[in-house]
Amino acid sequence: MNGFALYWRFIAVSVRSQMLYPTAFVLRFSSQFFVTIIEFGGVWVLFARFGHVRGWTFAQVALFYAIASIAFAIADGLSRGFDTVGPLFIKTGNFDRILLRPRSSALQITGQDFALTSAGRLVQGLAAFAVAIDLLKPDWGVAEFMLLAWAVAGGASLFISLKMLEGVLAFWTTEALEVANTLTYGGEAAAQYPLDIYTAWFRKLMTYFVPIGCSLYFPVALVLGHDAPGVPPWLAVLAPATGFAFLGVAAAVWRLGIRYYTSTGS
Amino acid sequence: MTTLALPYLSILRARFSLMLQYRTAAWAGVATQFWFGAIRVMTLVAFYAGTGRQPLNLAQVVTYIWLGQAFLALLPWAADAEIAANVESGNVGYERLRPVDTYFLWFARALAWRVANTCLRAGPVFVLAALVLPLTAMRDWSWRMPAGLDAAVLFLVSIALSALLSSAMTVLLNIVVTAVRTPRAAGFAMGFVNLFSGLVIPLALFPSWAQTFLLWQPFAGLADIPYRIYFGALSGAQAAEGITAQIVWVVLLVLLGQWWLDRVLSRIDMQGS
Amino acid sequence: MAQIQVENLSKSYRIAARDPGLAGAVRGLFHRRTREIAALSDVSFSLERGELLGFIGPNGAGKSTTIKILSGILRPSSGRCEVDGRVPWEQRIAHVARIGVVFGQRTQLWWDLPIIESFELLRDIYRVDGAKFGRTKDRLVEMLKIAPLLDTPLRQLSLGQRMRCEIAAALLHSPSILFLDEPTIGLDAVSKLALRDFVKDLNRAEGVTVILTTHDMHDIEALARRVIIIGNGRLLRDSSFESMRNEVLGERRLIVDFATDVGEVAVEGASIRARDGRTIEFAFDPARTAAHTLIANIARAHDVVDIRVDDPKIEEVIARFYTLHGAVES
Repeated sequence: MNGFALYWRFIAVSVRSQMLYPTAFVLRFSSQFFVTIIEFGGVWVLFARFGHVRGWTFAQVALFYAIASIAFAIADGLSRGFDTVGPLFIKTGNFDRILLRPRSSALQITGQDFALTSAGRLVQGLAAFAVAIDLLKPDWGVAEFMLLAWAVAGGASLFISLKMLEGVLAFWTTEALEVANTLTYGGEAAAQYPLDIYTAWFRKLMTYFVPIGCSLYFPVALVLGHDAPGVPPWLAVLAPATGFAFLGVAAAVWRLGIRYYTSTGS
Repeated sequence: MTTLALPYLSILRARFSLMLQYRTAAWAGVATQFWFGAIRVMTLVAFYAGTGRQPLNLAQVVTYIWLGQAFLALLPWAADAEIAANVESGNVGYERLRPVDTYFLWFARALAWRVANTCLRAGPVFVLAALVLPLTAMRDWSWRMPAGLDAAVLFLVSIALSALLSSAMTVLLNIVVTAVRTPRAAGFAMGFVNLFSGLVIPLALFPSWAQTFLLWQPFAGLADIPYRIYFGALSGAQAAEGITAQIVWVVLLVLLGQWWLDRVLSRIDMQGS
Repeated sequence: MAQIQVENLSKSYRIAARDPGLAGAVRGLFHRRTREIAALSDVSFSLERGELLGFIGPNGAGKSTTIKILSGILRPSSGRCEVDGRVPWEQRIAHVARIGVVFGQRTQLWWDLPIIESFELLRDIYRVDGAKFGRTKDRLVEMLKIAPLLDTPLRQLSLGQRMRCEIAAALLHSPSILFLDEPTIGLDAVSKLALRDFVKDLNRAEGVTVILTTHDMHDIEALARRVIIIGNGRLLRDSSFESMRNEVLGERRLIVDFATDVGEVAVEGASIRARDGRTIEFAFDPARTAAHTLIANIARAHDVVDIRVDDPKIEEVIARFYTLHGAVES
């Protein structure tokens, strides 16, 4: 069975186990939806008072918000396992079991915990998307929707890479460190607004170092007809590919982490 | 008095020692809080660019955000992890076996946890945001000093009341978790706490027709009231009103908690857990 | 050519040292002291295909470090190790596909899944061909008598049932080496006996190499023809169990129930160890006085109800060995 098929096998198992405890699932799903939709409500409150932010309207920001949330929710669902590498695998010694199986360790870690509850955030993202569409009343064709889907894909693989790096950190610290949230949740928070509202160094950081700008900001701005300065449309269309390149980098770092783990055997 | 408080003091000390062991976690927490603070500050700076008069000026809002980050650990986001674990394993009945009043044990444990965590984090965030930032090009983003000596003193009183309020709410979450026997049941609390404490958006920026309600609902006392007192947006009679609201809620929630805990635990006793 | 070849294997760890008390914890925020400890020093041995090796030593002696290195999940600091011609930690994926590992206190099955579904998942993980899997599974199910358990989720099984399923799980991909780490811990007597029988059969009939670590010396006694004792990270002894037992067993016991009250009994070649009413326990050295001579002498001089020859408990033997070789830090 190839890796991809095995991954889906794992996910099917994980979903079935979670469905054994339906109350817990419903509670987690709905509380996540509730917490995240309130954050979106906060955005509305700000626009109600200020009207716009550096020329962007509530409807436009809602689109950025929606795409970032959806990408993050997908990434979180697929790779929640990386969050718990420290407490569930390193500290308990269960990572040994992962290494004793002749399959990719990253695949096993992510496959064992498919976070169904991130559907709460996904629904929030879809709600924000509906709000954006309702307010913008855009005359988009297939191309625009394709570009948004491509942005979601690039953004999701970027977030997966960041979570993978977060997991790698646990090989050294054995703790699940909040600092990793600066890039994952922090990246999501940053991408929920158009990048050009931020100060220059932060924009550069989010474009060149952690290419959230490439995966999410450039394409969404293009769809909204708001060219980012110095970024021609063809580049904005290609930009989400950086999310996939980043995944390659994260996988290489992950292998280093395994090497370190097998040297210390904590 | 001393001997009465002794068990609760040892709890506080043990918590501190435990947390300090995770040194990487402590530094990581500070870095994270600072980072999220910076993102929020930048967002609000962008909103404030080119608008007229607002209920809070930019310096106040920025200070508000930093206070929020520094005192983040004070918020009652979840039930006590230990009690949640006991609920999951079905051992919560044993809480009754300890020779101290369960309500105050839980209260002390919550207080110790929140205060210890906050002490560890508030200092470094203050150093970075209030002392280091003014020396950089990002001067406008820095945490400002309190409005005056009176504001500073009132702030200390008010933030202490926040700690008590937060602990009372944490115990209520413990009770909910114990009553329905699912640790996840407390998940909704986070949404209410974030929104109504002012953490998502400072309460003063909400529409003006909602202001009286916002000041008197229980969550304002967790963050919004002490912060507004700090930079003088609540002073004199208004500050007194805010602090009164905090005291009223602490008393009400403690009484509610004691009454409810008693009922929940006696039901567990009867079921034989 | 030996299946497992280990030469001069050493492993040292760096561990953090923390000063006691609150002040120490605060200092630890800024500065962390570490010290190096040697978990394994200069261990060499080799193992032929089909051997059954008992691997024993006190806690912290280096047993699990060795097992981890042999199974490919830990890199040694120095030394060589080859298993089936592969360096385990260099070719980990290929290596672990050919070994089976059972941890007595950890599961490799899925908590909420019926056993059969865990097995099928393992089939896919190890890429076992469907028909071959069917045959292996059926044989294991029969040998371990787990057919009635297959549809039950792991969380509903008793410890003994769980361990039988664990062992089947570790063997589904027909490994050529089986590592058993404390497999009988916490099991009741019947389960222990059944497990030992199964391991013995597996080793004899199928030629699977077995490496067993345990604190239960009855496991060793029942199973292992060869024993390696490790202490303080060093290999203390590598020999047959019998020879080790004879070396350490300086004396044996002779317990005599007399028919009448006997006063002072003097028996040549034996000394009195304990007495309880009419029962007297003698100690003697089998190398100098043969047991049958002793028994004959006593029976001739006294009226005797019963005579038994007894060995010190197996645990005592091992404990004495550890002390003798300084394997336990006092």
